[in-house]
Amino acid sequence: MTASLEMLETSAPAIEGRSPFLLAFRRLRRDKVAMVSLVVIVLIVLMAVFAPLFATITGHPPNEQYRDIGLTPDGLPRGPNGTFWLGTDDLGRDVLVRIAYGARVSLLVGVAATAITVAVGIVLGLAAGFLGGVVDTILARLIDVVLSVPFLLVAIALVSVTGPSLSITVLVIGFFSWASVARIVRGQVLSLREREFVEAARSLGAGDTRIMFVDVLPNVLAPVIVYTTLLIPVVIVTQATLSFLGLGLPPPTADWGGMISASQNYYTTAWWFILFPGLALLITTLAFNLFGDGVRDAFDPRADRLR
Amino acid sequence: MTEALTQPVTQPVTQPLLRVRDVRKEFPTHGREVVRAVDGVSLEVRKGETLGLVGETGCGKSTLARCIAHLYDVTSGSVEFDGTELTGLSRRAMRPLRREIQMIFQDPYGSLNPRRRVGSIIGDPFAIHGISAGAERKRKVQDLMEVVGLNPEHYNRFPAEFSGGQRQRIGVARALALRPKLVICDEPVSALDVSIQAQIINLLADLQKEFDLTYVFISHDLSVVRHVSDRIAVMYLGKLVEVAPTEELFQQTRHPYTRALLSALPVADPDTADSREQIILAGDIPSATNPPQGCRFHTRCPKARATCAAAEPGLDPVLDDGPAHRTACFFPLTIGEDLSTAVPDLKAS
Repeated sequence: MTASLEMLETSAPAIEGRSPFLLAFRRLRRDKVAMVSLVVIVLIVLMAVFAPLFATITGHPPNEQYRDIGLTPDGLPRGPNGTFWLGTDDLGRDVLVRIAYGARVSLLVGVAATAITVAVGIVLGLAAGFLGGVVDTILARLIDVVLSVPFLLVAIALVSVTGPSLSITVLVIGFFSWASVARIVRGQVLSLREREFVEAARSLGAGDTRIMFVDVLPNVLAPVIVYTTLLIPVVIVTQATLSFLGLGLPPPTADWGGMISASQNYYTTAWWFILFPGLALLITTLAFNLFGDGVRDAFDPRADRLR
Repeated sequence: MTEALTQPVTQPVTQPLLRVRDVRKEFPTHGREVVRAVDGVSLEVRKGETLGLVGETGCGKSTLARCIAHLYDVTSGSVEFDGTELTGLSRRAMRPLRREIQMIFQDPYGSLNPRRRVGSIIGDPFAIHGISAGAERKRKVQDLMEVVGLNPEHYNRFPAEFSGGQRQRIGVARALALRPKLVICDEPVSALDVSIQAQIINLLADLQKEFDLTYVFISHDLSVVRHVSDRIAVMYLGKLVEVAPTEELFQQTRHPYTRALLSALPVADPDTADSREQIILAGDIPSATNPPQGCRFHTRCPKARATCAAAEPGLDPVLDDGPAHRTACFFPLTIGEDLSTAVPDLKAS
């Protein structure tokens, strides 16, 4: 890193331009908290990807119920021991393996719903801010409407009609989150479209679509990237909330919100049952949030001088 | 410059490259009023000449420039370029003509997209008009960079990595990419240091010779305009007040407003500076939402009479001027007339 920095500064004509994104990335790399968070995120991703490995090593498939060795004679969950490292749940399943499998759901929903949110938010925000007029009036009102809809009530109603599934979860979250991205993008575009470089593009004969995506979009990416990294943990928590309320994935699929929900009746007798899924959720969202903070600081030109 | 001075008078009548007739541009305000930024301007620009357009900030010069470049739709009037009427053209119909008319913008910081590399900024005209791509485009862009005095190796850099003067060169390269006939320079040097201004002005002059360009050169700096222009048009509150060949405008100033502008020019010689007349206009430039009746300048003019408030003077040759020198004034100045002692008298006629 230092070597490449020095090279750029000393070599006579530095031909490669330093893009604002590259500079932000460099600042990010110097941010210790963000880098530790990134390592944690990578570990969680690895855990999700290699979830079957946990099942193989412990010898416990995620949905296998060990009613004999996994439950006490009274039918209560067993605490952490040599066989079940993080204990068992109310049906005698391995909590560790189920946490690993649950990471898949959390990350998948977190990434997929965020991707939909950001894509829709960018396109509609660009259109509203840049095209203005009737398009803007309609879209801006639509944003207000979506932001004022009571999210959980509608989600409960919707899931009770369609039945719980992964795609419904993703769609519901995406549908209710795009508006805040669109609002951010619209606000930025409103000021960007008055800039002279937009006029310059127009005088060259560029059309609206080209100006929106080639000239304006790169200038709104920084705040959108910051918002995106901070949106992922929100989405993960939302997904867990839906699962907790029984609106997540149908059993027996392992997911963190569902596990916490199931542990409610056992928290006095089986602390591990509620603690470990809760910790998994906490660590994941904390890592994403801290990383998001780092990204925000990295994109803030003043952050460099403050340090 | 001297050749250009004698030319216009004897030049045969040819089709002008640009003919602007009675162009008006109004902007709506939040209330019911409108801002009349350009209020009936007519002018012609011949092929190969440089027309200077001067006036105070807010007099409508930039609006006029954008009307010519079809960035604004005019409220009324006609803009004819090389025999083609531009007003009312759809965006699609305007596209091929965009190649002929280009603009150089005032702010070298605002007019270049900060998130795009210089190569792609200069290559934009080629991309938009689908002229060349890939290695060929890159070669053309690097040629252009060389023409305007930039290091072609800086192709991959971002605008933030250049100085103001270099950025303006980037803007010039972009404007020249499609080999336009008409280039509208909207205060191309007013954001630059004086030492850099000269470089850019000389670059523009060289390019004009090399590529046979016609310029409309907008500035509020008369000394810059005098240096580059063959003819000068002076604008006040959305209207032209005087149009003349450059040296004639300076030697035989007819309009009191032009004289006031000229008197504000700094002079390097302290003796001359002390002795020459100083005309300080009273008050501010009136609002364009509600311009004064009659001659728009009468509220600030030292020679104003009752006629000036009652009627609006046309832009015509006055006194013994030739057709190339037109002035919108009922009481034009004679050579040597002292304006510093004049007192407005709106009751006298």
